[in-house]
Amino acid sequence: MAQIQELENIATQVRRDILRMVHHVQSGHPGGSLGCADFMTALYFEVMKHTPQPFDMDGKDQDLFFLSNGHISPVFYSVLARSGYFPIEELATFRKINSRLQGHPTTHEGLPGVRVASGSLGQGLSVAIGAAQTKKMNNDKRFVFSLHGDGEIEEGQIWEAAMYAAHHKVDNLIATIDYNNKQIDGDVDEVMNLGDIEAKWRAFGWDVMRMNGNNMQEVVTGLNDAKERANKGKPIMIIMDTIMGKGVDFMENDHHWHGVAPNDEQLEKALAQLPETLGDYPL
Amino acid sequence: MKKYTYTEKKDTRSGFGAGLLELGKNNPNVVALCADLTGSLKMGDFAKAFPERFFQVGIAEANMMGIAAGMTIGGKIPFTGTFANFSTARVFDQIRQSIAYSGKNVKICASHSGLTLGEDGATHQTLEDIGMMKMLPGMTVINTCDFNQTKAATLAIAEWEGPVYLRFGRPKVPNFTPENQKFEIGKAVVLNEGSDVSIFATGHLVWEAIQAGERLAEEGISAEIINIHTIKPLDEAAILESVAKTKCVVSAEEHSRLGGLGDSIAQVLMKHNPVPMEYVAVNDTFGESGKPDELLKKYGLDTDNIVEAAKRVLKRKM
Repeated sequence: MAQIQELENIATQVRRDILRMVHHVQSGHPGGSLGCADFMTALYFEVMKHTPQPFDMDGKDQDLFFLSNGHISPVFYSVLARSGYFPIEELATFRKINSRLQGHPTTHEGLPGVRVASGSLGQGLSVAIGAAQTKKMNNDKRFVFSLHGDGEIEEGQIWEAAMYAAHHKVDNLIATIDYNNKQIDGDVDEVMNLGDIEAKWRAFGWDVMRMNGNNMQEVVTGLNDAKERANKGKPIMIIMDTIMGKGVDFMENDHHWHGVAPNDEQLEKALAQLPETLGDYPL
Repeated sequence: MKKYTYTEKKDTRSGFGAGLLELGKNNPNVVALCADLTGSLKMGDFAKAFPERFFQVGIAEANMMGIAAGMTIGGKIPFTGTFANFSTARVFDQIRQSIAYSGKNVKICASHSGLTLGEDGATHQTLEDIGMMKMLPGMTVINTCDFNQTKAATLAIAEWEGPVYLRFGRPKVPNFTPENQKFEIGKAVVLNEGSDVSIFATGHLVWEAIQAGERLAEEGISAEIINIHTIKPLDEAAILESVAKTKCVVSAEEHSRLGGLGDSIAQVLMKHNPVPMEYVAVNDTFGESGKPDELLKKYGLDTDNIVEAAKRVLKRKM
């Protein structure tokens, strides 16, 4: 499986990007970003049909992606840059003054690849549904993907959107929840127990899938399977099990890495576990 | 004082409904969303004529704003419809992030604004919506005065790129502006030229201002009456031109005195031409149940109040 190995190599570089970006400004959210690196790599380098340049906000005849849990912007920016939306060198400006790479993603500074601002949680599913419905109205056969945090689904708007998408049969939408069971204050189970998360989405009328988000083969297969299951009357929800901090042993499964930057020593230790595969961007 | 007449009273929300129907016929990109208030918002004709472009959202306004934002991606022009309170306060963060900050071409259309929705009372009487919406960067804020103007504004905002808050209401009010008028966003309308006092009014209070002008004329006071239908972007040139002549101002709006049209005008005056000014607006308070006329009187927004404010400000000018 050369192709899977290739994707894994990209994901490794994406993880280096995440750590270097957050470390450089001593600010940002590494934990969830690392956990979603495999998923985001699979989407942008294998699963989605998309045209990075010239960037078209309307995305006609392209697959669209919406990041609802905007705080994992480092992984988003890394895959956007690495897939050609903007120069890789620009990753060095993350969270700095006058940068297009704001702390949370925005269209406001004109960064190619971003189609809506996110950061205030719970809003991205509605936006993705709206975009998917416009695709239907425009007879555009491509898909809309979205990613949400598990803690994020504590927001009420998510469930308004869940009801709506099933009612209106928005079956060209493939949503994913990053189920790492971690949020800022601790384990999701303890902060606000989500209960049987699969049953909840099923009860709302969605076609629910489950996959391991840190196994590249499983992610690619799962996303391709989701595309097969689309257009059959139900929106699709993938519950994606991931490990917060995946790829860096001392960060894994520790919610303290939600929004904390590694220090110099920790960065060195972390990068030693992630070989440079595509070349680091210059700092 | 120029004479204004009308043949019938009509609700501004019906002007919105009529405009939306016309847009449906003429602009295939216009879509409409409603949160379980199709009848109240007069969106039924559009929904019936264009079912494939009408989206019932149910009682879920936050979701409606997000869906509308998403629908712009691919070129649709979404018009959302619910009451003013649920179009703004309830969904402020959704509008802020997904629409305004994201620069999405959504038209937020709000009925039952101000006090004059009447008997439903303060839970539904938003008096803060102009303030909230005008504070959002990039948001255009419009408050129309009658049926014909609301219809014209509805057509105009479809051609305007960027987010718009269109505010109208429930009661039947004199329909006195011309049919098939051209609505120019950001351009104030001089209804009566005068030399003693400038009365800048918006929304339902424009008619009250006209009546006040007639009363003032009977007493020998020449009032310049200007319809500020667009609160943002504000027609500063029209305001300053009028004030240069009259040297005193009354603002009139069905909104809190904090953060509404009056404050926008006061900022312009403060910077360019500080002159005495009086507000006709709701004091820092909530509304209550009652008939529209009773409410306008009790909360200091009717013709009498505009006349009194004009006399007060004239004294300050002396």
